[in-house]
Amino acid sequence: MSIIHRITGVLMFLAVPFLIYLLDISLISERGYEEAISVIHSPPGVILLFGLMWGLLHHLLAGIRYLLIDVDLGVDKERARQTAWIVTMAAPVLGLVLTWGLL
Amino acid sequence: MSRKASGLKAWVLQRATAIYIGLFAVYLLAVMLISPPADYAGWRSWFASPTMGIATLVFVVSVLLHAWVGIRDVVMDYVWNTPARVTVLALVALGLVACGLWASQSLILVRLV
Repeated sequence: MSIIHRITGVLMFLAVPFLIYLLDISLISERGYEEAISVIHSPPGVILLFGLMWGLLHHLLAGIRYLLIDVDLGVDKERARQTAWIVTMAAPVLGLVLTWGLL
Repeated sequence: MSRKASGLKAWVLQRATAIYIGLFAVYLLAVMLISPPADYAGWRSWFASPTMGIATLVFVVSVLLHAWVGIRDVVMDYVWNTPARVTVLALVALGLVACGLWASQSLILVRLV
C-alpha cells in the first residue's frame, strides 16, 4: 500500500517535465495546442494518460487516507486494512473512467 | 535546503502542499470533464486570467516542493553511499528548479503575448 504511494509519487515526479512540455507548447501557439491534443490522443499518449490518472488517484486517495490516520481516523487494524483495499481497487477503476472522460 | 526541509517542517510542508495540490487537481479535472475550453482561444484565456495564472503558479511551486520532500525521502532510503546520494539529490533539485522556471515562463508569457 505505502509502497504503491511511493511508486506513484516517483512516476508522477518523472512525468512532470513531460506535462510542463505539453502545457508549454499548448499555450504558445494554436499549432502547439493541436499537437499537444494529438500527442495525448495517440496510443502511447492514452497509455500515459491512464498511468497518470491511476497514479494521481492512488496517490491522492492514499494521501487523504494518511491525513485521516494522522487525525486518528481509521487507525484500527481492520478499518485500516479495509480502506487500503478500497483505495488500491478504486484508483485503477476511477483512473479508467477519468481517462475515458478526458479523451 | 536540508535543514529547512527536514523533520517537523518537512512534515507540515508535505501536508500543506498536499492539500492545495489535491484541491487544485480536483478543480482542474472537474473543469476538463464538465466544461473543457472549446478551442485554443478558450484554453489560452483560461490560463491568461490573473486568478488562474496565480493559482496555477502556486500549484506548480507546491508540486515541486512536495516532490522534493517526497523524492528526498525515497533517495535517502535507497541510496546509502554519500557521494551518490548527494549527486542524485543535486540532480533532482536542479531538475525541479528548471521545471519551475520553465512552467513559470509559460504562464507569464501567456499573459504578456
